[in-house]
Amino acid sequence: MDLMAVNLAYGIEKLLLIGGIITVSLIVAMYTTYAERKVAAWMQDRVGPNRAGPFGLLQPVADGLKLFFKEEIIPLTSNKTLFVLGPALAMVTAMLTSAVIPWGSSIEIFGRNVSLQIADVNIGILYVFGVVSMGVYGIMIGGWSSNNKFSLIAAVRGASQIISYELAMGLSLIALLMMTGSLSLKTIVQQQMEGGWNILYQPLGFLIFLICVFAECNRTPFDLPEAENELNFGYHQEYSSMKLGLYLFSEYVNMFISSAVVSTLFFGGYDIPFVDEAALSLSIGANTVALLGFGALFTKIIFFLFLFIWVRWTIPRFRYDQLMDLGWKKLIPLALANMLITALVILWLNK
Amino acid sequence: MHINEILFWFLTALALFSAMMVVFSKNPVHSVLWLIMVFMAITGHYIIMNAQFLAIVNMIVYAGAIMVLFLFVIMFMNLNAESEPQKSKWMKFAAVLSGGSLMLILIAALKDNEGFISSMRGEGSIGLIKNLGKVLFTDYVVPFEISSILFLSAMVGAVVLAKKDSSTIVS
Repeated sequence: MDLMAVNLAYGIEKLLLIGGIITVSLIVAMYTTYAERKVAAWMQDRVGPNRAGPFGLLQPVADGLKLFFKEEIIPLTSNKTLFVLGPALAMVTAMLTSAVIPWGSSIEIFGRNVSLQIADVNIGILYVFGVVSMGVYGIMIGGWSSNNKFSLIAAVRGASQIISYELAMGLSLIALLMMTGSLSLKTIVQQQMEGGWNILYQPLGFLIFLICVFAECNRTPFDLPEAENELNFGYHQEYSSMKLGLYLFSEYVNMFISSAVVSTLFFGGYDIPFVDEAALSLSIGANTVALLGFGALFTKIIFFLFLFIWVRWTIPRFRYDQLMDLGWKKLIPLALANMLITALVILWLNK
Repeated sequence: MHINEILFWFLTALALFSAMMVVFSKNPVHSVLWLIMVFMAITGHYIIMNAQFLAIVNMIVYAGAIMVLFLFVIMFMNLNAESEPQKSKWMKFAAVLSGGSLMLILIAALKDNEGFISSMRGEGSIGLIKNLGKVLFTDYVVPFEISSILFLSAMVGAVVLAKKDSSTIVS
């Protein structure tokens, strides 16, 4: 990895890509808040937000502006530096994961072959884990520095939940990695293009992974860190203005990125189902196919975002001991069994 | 200056400064956060050495898992300057002496190590996951398995300690 070989065009290309991906994630996160309210309204037979713009489409913009213009309050007894650092950290770690996700195959601009992935590192999936484990600190620092008992309890709950479910998540992925033999997300997608989606071979692994993703995103039924009726508002109780906005927003960015990870690992990533990309790119050009692939990935992501919202308005919250029970006594043994069975099948097939 | 060198000195300065702050911070929570910074800087060093797997494992295990548990305990203990027991002068003297001698041993052990220096230049590929896995599961498979048994026994021990003794519970 010689960093001096990085030339100007490459740098500009990567900067543009990073800017584009961050903009897309933020806009999608913004409209997920809108979708959440609309879907909730639809499920509960209400109308939902419909005042700002046609169909209430400007509602997220109005919400964002409201948060920006609200008064910024830093509690007197809080730890000021950490109080500001908390939401910043939550947002940054939420965005960081997008670096290793392949958003599409490569496109050709001005004779340059531009890969639609910021960094194809050979430890891709481990990088995702590393960043996810950093995400705990946003919650913990925010909760502790508020100097509020409710916030502290919520922060500790959030952290213990995330580290418990990270275990099952890792174990469920080991089975997948045994099949792919690679940690690079791009390679995993390419293998799925040839050999069928991983969901066909790893349904149990997918289920465990999905449950853990819900827990990692602090979404219902695992939203104990922000349980309104027990902890007032959870770890962001003392926050106001855009600092609160960043916390709430980072949850939606997390949802978007996790949906992308799930689609990449188990649902073929930018693979268009039932279509041979190589043959298609000969007839309509590689660029169009790459864009179509991005569209396919996006459709899968939107489905998972819908699933997140659907589950939120369907399943009630777990009690805390039930949550820990599910994580440690059910998911981990299941993931271990899944791993063993996968290993045995691979051994048997190779014989 | 080569960009790797610039990064190396930046990360070294960051690691040393954060390590100093771990010791000098009055607030234990700040100490833990600075310690996380130290681990991050070391992760960066691993990446410069082209040991990506080691880097990310360092980040997940040390910065991600162990430090979260540290933070957990310290947040609950509510430590502050008033409740801290003052150590005697002799105790401090002994601590400085033992810490200093440990540093001396470490420097002596690493001073003439040529393999260490060459991997510092980012030339080796031993830190990549493929090579590391092969070495661990062929040349070092027995120590590897033994250390995993050690971990298992530690885990069982922790569970035994944490388990409530049914005879002492007064209902």
